[in-house]
Parts: sequence; C-alpha cells; structure tokens
Amino acid sequence: MSHAAISADFSDRLDAIIALHKEREGPLLPILHDIQAEWDYIPEEAQPVIAAALGMTRAEVHGVVSFYHDFRDHPAGRHVLRLCRAEACQSMGADALADQVRAALGIDFHETTPDGRLTLEPVFCLGLCACGPSAQMGDRLLGRANLAKVQKLVAEAGA
Amino acid sequence: MRVWVPLDAAAKALGADEVAGALARDFDVTRNGTRGMIWLEPLVEVERDGIRYGYGPVEPDDVAGLVDVLRSGADHSLALGPVEDLPWMKAQKRLTFARVGVIDPLSVAEYEAQGGFAGLRRAIALGPEAIVDEVTQSGLRGRGGAGFPTGIKWKTVAGAKADQKYIVCNADEGDSGSFADRMLMEGDPLTLIEGMAIAGIAVGATRGYCYIRSEYPDAIRVMEAAITLAREEGMLGASVLGSAHAFDMEVRVGAGAYVCGEETSLLNSLEGKRGTVRAKPPIPALEGFLGKPTVVNNLISLGTIPWILANGGAEYAKLGIGRSKGTIPIQIAGNVKHGGLFEAAFGLTLDQIINEIGGGTASGRPVKAAQVGGPLGAYIPAKDFDVPFGYEELAGREGLLGHAGITVFDDSADMLKLARFAMEFCAVESCGKCTPCRIGSVRGVETIDRIAAGDADAIPVLTDLCNTMKWGSLCALGGFAPFPVMSALTHFPDEFSGRGTPRKEAAE
Repeated sequence: MSHAAISADFSDRLDAIIALHKEREGPLLPILHDIQAEWDYIPEEAQPVIAAALGMTRAEVHGVVSFYHDFRDHPAGRHVLRLCRAEACQSMGADALADQVRAALGIDFHETTPDGRLTLEPVFCLGLCACGPSAQMGDRLLGRANLAKVQKLVAEAGA
Repeated sequence: MRVWVPLDAAAKALGADEVAGALARDFDVTRNGTRGMIWLEPLVEVERDGIRYGYGPVEPDDVAGLVDVLRSGADHSLALGPVEDLPWMKAQKRLTFARVGVIDPLSVAEYEAQGGFAGLRRAIALGPEAIVDEVTQSGLRGRGGAGFPTGIKWKTVAGAKADQKYIVCNADEGDSGSFADRMLMEGDPLTLIEGMAIAGIAVGATRGYCYIRSEYPDAIRVMEAAITLAREEGMLGASVLGSAHAFDMEVRVGAGAYVCGEETSLLNSLEGKRGTVRAKPPIPALEGFLGKPTVVNNLISLGTIPWILANGGAEYAKLGIGRSKGTIPIQIAGNVKHGGLFEAAFGLTLDQIINEIGGGTASGRPVKAAQVGGPLGAYIPAKDFDVPFGYEELAGREGLLGHAGITVFDDSADMLKLARFAMEFCAVESCGKCTPCRIGSVRGVETIDRIAAGDADAIPVLTDLCNTMKWGSLCALGGFAPFPVMSALTHFPDEFSGRGTPRKEAAE
C-alpha cells in the first residue's frame, strides 16, 4: 500500500477535489491536475474513486492518466529540473548542455538523485525559443542556459 | 517616476524579476509584456517627458549604476534611445500585438486608452451576421498553421442549430520556435478575451474555453487574472458590455501532450479524455466540444479579431500577399542574433527576416537552414531564402507556414540528426490512433539509423515511408512529420550518405 493510501485524510482530500470539479464540463483533467498538485503524483488508489464519481470505468481513467506526459504514477524528487530538448534549443547547444548536466548530476533523464532531491526531465518547448537553451525549475525559468547557470539554479533551490 | 520591466516568461528567464525587484526601491515599477526584442531582455523602459526610453539587456548587477541614469537621461552603455524609434519597432506593422509591451497587461484603463473594447463595441452594434461578414472580408485564415478561412468556419457554426455552442481557443502552442501565443497572453490577455467574446456573439456561443499548455504557467496566471478582471468590467458575463449577448469563458490547462494542439484531440482532452485525434467528418464546427457546434480557433486568430472589428475587414485585407491577408507575428528563434517577435504583413522573404531583421546567426557562423513552422515544418536551406512568407508561397517550396515560428541553424547543424529527431518526436508524441503515424514514426527512426550506419538501400525505404505517413495519417502530426525529414534529405543528401557507425540514442 502506498504512502498516500495510508494517510488519514487522503479520502477526504480526494473527495473534496472531485467535488470541486465534478459539475464542470470535462472535469477529469482539472481533477487530475489538482491531485498531482496535492500529492505530486496520481496515486493509483485515487483512480477507482474518480471513476465511480464521474461514471467512468477504471480503465478509462487509467487511460487518461497514462496518456499525458505530465501525470506521474510515482512521486518525483523534491525538485524537478526540466531541460528543453526541442529544435530551437538544440540549435543553441541544448544537446551538449544536457550531456553536461547529466554528467554533473550523475543522473539521466527521468531519473532522481539517490537522495531524492532532484528529478531531471526533458521538456519539449518552454516557449523561450529566442533565448535558448532553456530550463525550468519550479517557478524559475532560465534562458541562455549553460552548466554554471543550471548549477546555480539547482543550488539556490536547495536541491 | 515610472519604469517598466517585462513580466514575459522570456524576460523572466533572463532575470527580469530580479531587475524589477531592485528597481522597485527607487521607482514605480510596472510589469509589462515584452516588446518582442528578446535579445535586449530584460528591457527596462523609463518615461521622461512623455517618451519611453529603453535600456537593455539589463542584468541585476547593472541596476545600481542605472538608477541615476534613468532619472537624468545621462549617457549609458545600455541606453537604446526611444523604444518606438528602434529599427525593429519602426519596421513592424503591429496590429495584433499593438499593445503588447506598451500597457500593463492587467490594466483595463490602459487597455481601453490604447484602443481596447473598440472591436467588441462595434461588433455588438453590427450584430452576428455582419460580424461574420467582416471576418470573411478580412481574409483572416487560421494562424495555427492549417490556414482555414476563419469567416467560413464561423459561418458554419453560426448556421448550426443547437441549444449550446462553444468557442475554444487553441493555446496549446507546442511548436518549438513559436512563442506568439504565450507573448500575447502574458502581454495583452484582454485582447484574446475580447476576440473570444466577439466570436461568441457572432456564432451564438455563450461559453468559451482557452486551452493552454501546462508548460506556460506564467501565461495561465495572467489569463486567469484577466478573465476575473473582464468579468468585473462586464466584458464577460450575462450581458456583455450591457448588450443582450451572454458570454463567459475559463482557462483549461493541458497536460504535456503535443498532439493536443490538433483541434480534435484538443477537444477530447478538454472533455477529459485521452488526447486522441478524431476522424473528420464530423467537423468540430458541427459536432465539437461535447458534440456541440464549436469554433476552434488558434489564439492569434482570435487575438486579431478585435482589430478587424474595430478597423474593418477591408482594412485588414489590404495587407499581405496573394491569399495570405493581413499581418503575421513572425517568431525568429534558435541560433539567431536578434531573436524575437516581429509582426509584419505577409510577404517578407526569409532572407529579409533571418538575415536583415534577425541579423544572421547568434554564433556568427553562416546560416545553414531554417526550420519554418515548428517541429513538423520543413528545413529550408539558405539558398531558398528568397521564398516570401505566406501560406501558398511556403507550400510551393514543400514547406509550411505553421505557427510562423522560424528556427535558425548555423552550419554546424547535423541534418541527419535533426531528421531523426523529427521522427523520434513524432513517435513519442503520436496519439496512437492511426497506424502510419504510430508505427511509421518508429520505423522512421530505425530507417534513419540504418542510413546513418551506411545502408544506402534504406534511403528509398525512408522516402516511401514518408509518403505513406504524409498521405495515410489521420492528422498533421504523422502527416507533416515527413516535411522536416524529407526536406533535410532532399536539400542535404550528403549528410545521409552514411557514416559507418550506428548512432547512439540522441534524445530520450
């Protein structure tokens, strides 16, 4: 059983999130976004509850959760560093930067540092295409990124 | 004394928040949108004697030395002079982006003082049929890339009988090299709301959704604040600006699926389903969101509507070339010296855009090619830069206008690697509904790897595969992925002659 399922107020929070959106047109994505904001991932135990509330099958809910890159089935590290891999950033050396960052952090994309502090994710475009390569960490954005700037961003976040 | 520091995500990525924080000790700081000159961000502006002077790019450490200069107008190495007089600004025809960078994006008073509400007021006076006529007359076509005439789409929805109709704004701007949607949402969100309200009145829709990609948290925040403001001002609600028309809207956030920029998968996503593509017919104009008649328009199309209604469709149609009427916000991106957003009438050549306006590459090396229209757009070699910027003009060179983003590459670009990336991206982002896209893209990566390993027999296989994907895919993802691949192969055949070693995985 996962951490979320044994948490005392899990059901209450989940019910509250579902109730908040249930009457909206197309409520599932807003519900999933709120769940991930609350628990940092979509706990599997939440899926049958959502399905029952929205009159969907578990398979349908699972199908939606697994379709979108944003929704995680397990928690990420405390901080998520996203490096843009799209063409505009590639034209400014994003591939080389990614190699440097991976080497410096000792992890590959989709991996988390052993201490659980930092997860590295690729992202395909942050809309910062005239100041690439770009990166994002929480609310912080980075343009004209290089290894030193990325390391500073990581250090300032305490990750 | 009033100074402006952009809140645009690109400016923030270059330190605008820190600069604004430091300036706030001495000045009344307004956070504006960006003027679009990204190489000058953070661009600080100060008003002296009614003229706005620019300074940039300003680093946080520069602020201490700038405080007195901003007040006095004394010489400084970062001083640019009056912003409106800069060549980049003067050479533009800013209609859709007229207020971006000028106003506080969340000031209704400044919005109105700069022409806001004029389109909506005239639309209410004209009534639904005449609104559609104005839009048709303007020649406005879908700015997302498909180029479908907006007026015809609206007419179809207006003519459909239903108890509920919808306006859906496609703000799922996933194309690399594109940031016009983001810039408009962050810099002048009320324009988009006004455009959507006009669309609602025109077709008889009372509800709207703006589907924004989750990668744009700043744009989401500004849009949501603007919608609240628009409700308070009566631009949204049961009686739009006191008229008999009701219209309200909300923001919906995507979840990281590129394919949701395709209108039917966007509708599925909005309904809370997997973002798979729907077969057409039925067209969304007749059976769209929740099966109801729905206008799905690109954000730039909707954001241009207020200008068209305020100034007349005929005025808009005077600009442009051929069937590409009006202006287009060109996004100059990638390895370019002067990158940013440049709104101009259709018809500039790529050479003018990239070499004159953009100033060539950032690296100082020769320009090799430019990918026009996002990840599914063609790589146009520098020798073909005489092509004018327009829908048909680019199509005539086996290219796409797309969302009007241009990504510049210097001579170090590895065209085979970029072709492989296009196939790989398609494989990762394919919704899985149709076979040519789902399987074809995976086979495409494998086939390019064979070519890279020196297997010349794989080249006709790749060509054949691209042909199948182009004509057999359900939507533009699989259908257009062959554009970057085939353009790279056609224009740079030497790079597909094999290198004798298998390639390692390029991206994830």
